[in-house]
Amino acid sequence: MFENLSERLESAFKQLKGEGRINEINIATTVKEIRRALVDADVNYKIAKEFTDKVKDKAIGEKVITSVSPGQLMVKIVKDELAELMGGKEHEIDLSGKPTVILIAGLQGSGKTTFSGKLANFLNSKKNKKPLLVAADIYRPAAMEQLRVLAEQIKVPVHIELENRDAVAIAQNAIALAKQNGNNVVIIDTAGRLAIDEAMMTEVANIKAAVNPSEILFVVDSMTGQDAVNTAKAFNDRLDFTGVVLTKLDGDTRGGAALTIKYTVDKPIKFVSMGEKMEALDIFYPERMAQRILGMGDITTLVERA
Amino acid sequence: QKTKEGFFSKLAKAVAGKDKVDEEVLDQVEDALISADVGVDTTVAIINRIEQRVARDKYLGTSQLNDILQEEIMSMLTSAPSNEFATFDVPAGKKPYVILVVGVNGVGKTTTIGKLAHNFKKNGKSVLLGAADTFRAAAVDQLTIWSDRVGVPIVKKEMGSDPSSVAFDAVQSAIARDSDVVIIDTAGRLHNKAYLMDELGKIRRVISKKMPDAPHEVLLVLDGSTGQNAIEQARHFTAATDVTAIAVTKLDGTAKGGVVLAIANQFRIPVKYIGVGERMEDLQIFDKAEFVDSLFSLK
Ligand SMILES: Nc1nc2c(ncn2[C@@H]2O[C@H](COP(=O)(O)OP(=O)(O)OP(=O)(O)O)[C@@H](O)[C@H]2O)c(=O)[nH]1
Ligand SMILES: Nc1nc2c(ncn2[C@@H]2O[C@H](COP(=O)(O)OP(=O)(O)OP(=O)(O)O)[C@@H](O)[C@H]2O)c(=O)[nH]1
Ligand SMILES: [Mg+2]
Ligand SMILES: [Mg+2]
Repeated sequence: MFENLSERLESAFKQLKGEGRINEINIATTVKEIRRALVDADVNYKIAKEFTDKVKDKAIGEKVITSVSPGQLMVKIVKDELAELMGGKEHEIDLSGKPTVILIAGLQGSGKTTFSGKLANFLNSKKNKKPLLVAADIYRPAAMEQLRVLAEQIKVPVHIELENRDAVAIAQNAIALAKQNGNNVVIIDTAGRLAIDEAMMTEVANIKAAVNPSEILFVVDSMTGQDAVNTAKAFNDRLDFTGVVLTKLDGDTRGGAALTIKYTVDKPIKFVSMGEKMEALDIFYPERMAQRILGMGDITTLVERA
Repeated sequence: QKTKEGFFSKLAKAVAGKDKVDEEVLDQVEDALISADVGVDTTVAIINRIEQRVARDKYLGTSQLNDILQEEIMSMLTSAPSNEFATFDVPAGKKPYVILVVGVNGVGKTTTIGKLAHNFKKNGKSVLLGAADTFRAAAVDQLTIWSDRVGVPIVKKEMGSDPSSVAFDAVQSAIARDSDVVIIDTAGRLHNKAYLMDELGKIRRVISKKMPDAPHEVLLVLDGSTGQNAIEQARHFTAATDVTAIAVTKLDGTAKGGVVLAIANQFRIPVKYIGVGERMEDLQIFDKAEFVDSLFSLK
């Protein structure tokens, strides 16, 4: 799909060569190609349009000087804008609570349970914390067992109530237990839910109200398409989450959903998940993500040749 | 029905007082397709075809545009071999009918298997499940709960066992029990991991050692909220396992699953099932016309 992005951009850039300044007309093709590349990367099409319009406004009037090719100039503007949009201030995860309560939420199959395990492992082994995992998914077959197995692998305690059909109560009980046992972080894994499922969204809002978490992490599959905008907005409206986790980045998706979500809810992406192993967790690098969304392999080669 | 009217009434407004499909109308169609994850290439192809036909046939009204759109998009969806897809049935002469279920992580493979088992059973077929995801935490427990829920037998081994040997045992057991259908679950795997894709090839080969024409069906499960990456998934899983049919899950959400249009068109793989929820009843036989309508619905 992206094999010919560099080609397309290159021919678009050629039109700029020999022009004195970038103007509305000579940049039109380039802007169109970039927008297309963003949509191909699953950036929401409305956001792709707003973004490229902004880039265009920045670029118009820029002098096309011989030392920097117009191509390089455009690439730089696009990439810088994108990285800035994706980044902003560094946001550490807030661990000041006593205990710190972290609520994990998202769509079905996005990677919440796996991430819960990874986060507990990270806090335990790298941050010297004593986390307690909580299985508050009372719906999915064997969800609790899944978390139990992961907890065992990473040697972190887990709170499970197999027979309890009240996710709010499970979460509350877990916090009482954490205080009793000296666990200073409580990570609550919840069931996957659709943003339009009123009853399920109410449940997770009730969990939030009951446990007053200092972090609410929205876990999202990096392969998500155009719908990311609806989902992110709906979860944020209901939960006002504090950060985003992007999962399955070990795949080959461009991950345009990351841009969509950042643009839509303006919440920091705090972690990326890139594998099934408990260690496969990383912090988020805006620059890398910007390159990935743009298919920067292509563009870097292009700049080198320019 | 109500939601569907949203788009077409918008469209009606856009074309009111016009005697042809103009730029504005086509832009609206384009926006609807792109936001349904149909993808730029496929959307452009559809728009081009509409433009050609409109020039040729002369535009008459929104309901005609609706018809043209339906026709053009439906022609991209591969037809399934006849007589096969109307119900939850399996072809005669293939007993047990072996279905191997594959896909990337978390798309809904195990759940779809539970639903399939329920529907086959309801349709009078005897079903057996094979738990060949021996990797993901509690994967076997999850499928076991489904087998209990539906009331069908399951063949399983310890976690960490060779998935091929589970698949082999499942087919063998289905033969011994004279089952009509055996459905084999596999671990989720990202298609860019060659060693995991090779493992699927091996599972395939081992199954065919027990039953030469099996697996009869390789069902690729795609998450309906996945964007353009689903095309790469289809490409790689097809290369590794000769995918014969697709199931699209999670269409009860707001995502439209439009990327399957490109996939069906490009790889000529029929979409066979759609998942519309987490209960065992929430699986439907894919209906082309309904799907095309839903691409334009404003859920
Ligand atoms: N390759 C890869 N697989 C992942 C990653 N994160 C999670 N997975 C896999 O994705 C699948 C779904 O992960 P889960 O953690 O069960 O997802 P979930 O959000 O808890 O799912 P539900 O509870 O059913 O909503 C599993 O097969 C995980 O092993 C990742 O970063 N990379
Ligand atoms: N809303 C909705 N959820 C679904 C649907 N199909 C599956 N799910 C949910 O998606 C999540 C993942 O489903 P699984 O069946 O475990 O997916 P999988 O592909 O087997 O996952 P791995 O084996 O970990 O790769 C579960 O929470 C399911 O309940 C569907 O059609 N609609
Ligand atoms: Mg889970
Ligand atoms: Mg599974």
